[in-house]
Amino acid sequence: MSRSADIPHAVEMRGIIKRFPGVLAVDNVDFTLRAGEIHALLGENGAGKSTLMNVLAGLYRPDKGTINIHGRQTNPRSPRDAIEQGIGMVHQNFMLVPSQTVTENILLGLDEPRFLMRLHKYDKQVAELGERFGLEVDPKAKIWQLSVGEQQRVEILKMLYRGTDVLILDEPTAVLAPQEIEELFNILRSMKNQGKSIIFISHKLGEVTSVADSITVLRKGRVAAAGLDAASTSTAELARLMVGREVLFRIEKETRQPGEVVLSVENVHALNDKGLPALNGVSLQVRAGEIVGLAGVAGNGQRELAEAITGLRHCVSGQVTVKGQKVSTGTASDAIRQGVAHVPQDRRGMGSAPNLNLIDNLIMKDYNRPPVGPGWVIKQPVARQRATELKEEYEIMAPSVDTSARLLSGGNLQRLILAREISAQPELLVAVQPTRGLDVGAIEGVQRLLLAQREAGGAILLISEELDELFSLSDRVMVIYEGQIVGELVEEDRETVGLMMTGQKRE
Amino acid sequence: MTTETTTQRRPLLPFRVQMEPRLEEVPRWMPPLVSLGAIIAALIIGGVILAAVGGNPFAAYAHIARASFGNWGVFSDTLVKATPLILTGLACTLAFRMKLWNIGAEGQFYVGAFGASAVVLAPLLPPDTPGLVMIPAMMLTGFLAGALWGFVPGYLKAKLNVNEIITTLMMNYIAISWNNFFIFGVWSEGGFQMSKVFPKTAWLPRLTDYAQQIPIFRGLTIHLGLIIGLLAAVLMWFILYRSKWGYEIRLIGDNPQAARYAGIPIVRNTVLVMMLSGGLAGLAGMSEITGVVHRLQGSISAGYGFTGIIIAWLAKLNPLVVPLVSLLFGSLILAGREIQPAGIPKLIQGIILFTLIASEVLLRYRVRIIRVREA
Repeated sequence: MSRSADIPHAVEMRGIIKRFPGVLAVDNVDFTLRAGEIHALLGENGAGKSTLMNVLAGLYRPDKGTINIHGRQTNPRSPRDAIEQGIGMVHQNFMLVPSQTVTENILLGLDEPRFLMRLHKYDKQVAELGERFGLEVDPKAKIWQLSVGEQQRVEILKMLYRGTDVLILDEPTAVLAPQEIEELFNILRSMKNQGKSIIFISHKLGEVTSVADSITVLRKGRVAAAGLDAASTSTAELARLMVGREVLFRIEKETRQPGEVVLSVENVHALNDKGLPALNGVSLQVRAGEIVGLAGVAGNGQRELAEAITGLRHCVSGQVTVKGQKVSTGTASDAIRQGVAHVPQDRRGMGSAPNLNLIDNLIMKDYNRPPVGPGWVIKQPVARQRATELKEEYEIMAPSVDTSARLLSGGNLQRLILAREISAQPELLVAVQPTRGLDVGAIEGVQRLLLAQREAGGAILLISEELDELFSLSDRVMVIYEGQIVGELVEEDRETVGLMMTGQKRE
Repeated sequence: MTTETTTQRRPLLPFRVQMEPRLEEVPRWMPPLVSLGAIIAALIIGGVILAAVGGNPFAAYAHIARASFGNWGVFSDTLVKATPLILTGLACTLAFRMKLWNIGAEGQFYVGAFGASAVVLAPLLPPDTPGLVMIPAMMLTGFLAGALWGFVPGYLKAKLNVNEIITTLMMNYIAISWNNFFIFGVWSEGGFQMSKVFPKTAWLPRLTDYAQQIPIFRGLTIHLGLIIGLLAAVLMWFILYRSKWGYEIRLIGDNPQAARYAGIPIVRNTVLVMMLSGGLAGLAGMSEITGVVHRLQGSISAGYGFTGIIIAWLAKLNPLVVPLVSLLFGSLILAGREIQPAGIPKLIQGIILFTLIASEVLLRYRVRIIRVREA
């Protein structure tokens, strides 16, 4: 193909319509990707971003519309077909074989090699390809030995190896730690410099403006704005386009005098799932009517601390007390009885039972106490009425309380979990990443609920990786690094927090 | 994950079939209707196969129907066959609800029979004990023996995470050999491979026992075990859907992590569920020897424990559906005895299993047929 002044666009989608039963997921959308740019596709959860891209990547067929790739009209019939035309997509959930090496995963499904594997030859190719784009990863490593960030690089390499020049990344930063995100952005820039075109699906405004050249915003399956210049668009403008109204990024909170000490963690040591030390002497206190934020890079003991406080994890030494009463570890039932609520990080894996209905999911914490319990029998009418009220009050969008939890969207599921945990009027609420993966509107709702709980005099330990959230909600922010509290801040000071999170500074 | 079937480049048919995952709950009437459709489909497929080998499907089906539902006598026999299946089916239903794969109902059935026999043969109670004491005592020992057989794998699973599929399967063989030891040796009657006949007080009352008062009951072999099975089904439904314990079982079964998070003791429930499951299968064994065989002997089970696994699945783990599925299988077992040489009931059993499992896809996906427009 001649690279004249009039280079055809890498991708041109016109009038794409895609229906699912009961939903118009993508409604007459035009999308243009210029060759050699990083183009962000921005929108709330359910705005149709992934659906639109799945159409481009051959996973779905559009009900209507045309697709041009490098000026040639086409209609990808399958992911394989799309890859042959130069379009590769890296999905949110990686599709890798854990027990095989990086090279083996990359070769999977290709015609070459035909019979004999001669892996060392391909190892070299993979290593060279990785070097070219700054995607360093050991070709001989087995997938299970790699971090999430490295696995993502393997997925990207897979697509590059197949010779794709348009790369679609579906929310690539959702699974990454902050420093890995920066590395990913460097990789994207390096790929762009070598002529690849990249589509970057996201709902995080900060990331979009820092890495993208142009931005298309989708809202409810339609284009809200197309091809915006990233350099000259403000995040506030993007937020407005995305949700269709101004979002209060700074939630106002009243100053409050904190009350008595509710949670007291004293010199707690605990192991992680692999039996290695995860908490090395953590001490902290949370008082009534106070939100204490816990900042830190993922994997520095946040999850283990949340589990130790809620009784799910055994403490090797030290103790956790709630209102002066010791919380016994190893089972959650004591902590629940003592009024400890827990919004776990893993909403689907821990916070809900997918095939049980809303009623059963909403009574998870109080099936054993009045009014639903106690005793042998669960008072079904009471449980049903309670669930109906909570569904109403917390605006859980579902056809009825008999709907299975698995059918709820991420934001609705989080509202269900918060409804259950907050309605029990807990003394202490431990919230881990409560807004992760939610769209802007849902984040605001969750944050308001947390503040309302603070107003009501509850003590809250907020564990998050979003600094914006920590600073706007918390009364104090503590920083955890390698299982220890390394500092505490009352005023917003990003530089200090950053240094503490990376272990460069301690108090 | 492709949700559409990609057809050939040039469409061969003027329409294509598209399957989309259901995004909302299926209506309540749908699952039973789909299951019924699957059974009808199975009968049609079976009929085609019969016709292909030169048989007359209508005659064969009519024969099966006559052999199991033809008159009160054979219908009563069908119910007798269904009785142990109800109990083993419930035993599997309970365990499977918690994702405990108890495939040891067969062994639990045998030790249940042993436990019940011990009351008469050990003897734990003198032979002239009135039935009102004897029967409950045998129920208790049968249940406890089965529960013990469930306790061992349950405890190993809960404490040491030993795979219950292996342990329950292996304990089946131990149970059968254990019974054989007593049948061939300790309790053998005159060297035959069976014990002496139980005293009448140790027989579950049958309808035919009341033929003196009500003549139409003559020859009807339905025994009290059927009532026990039906009561157990209702009780099980109540436990699973209305009781606190049932809630815990369902929650653990659906997501053990969530159960831990809700403070539910998983170890204790694992052991308890395996014990109740084993106990129910044990009760099936008790009901079979006190209601039908009236002595302890070998081959008292026509694979009732293993058939229970299939029944539990076909009933979609709903205790109230278990008796209906058991009735169907009871009739096939009975018809099998009638026309065994043809092997037709086994064939149909297999096809029903296939179609029912295949029909599941209709509950998960919505099938749409789309006309392919000319380009």
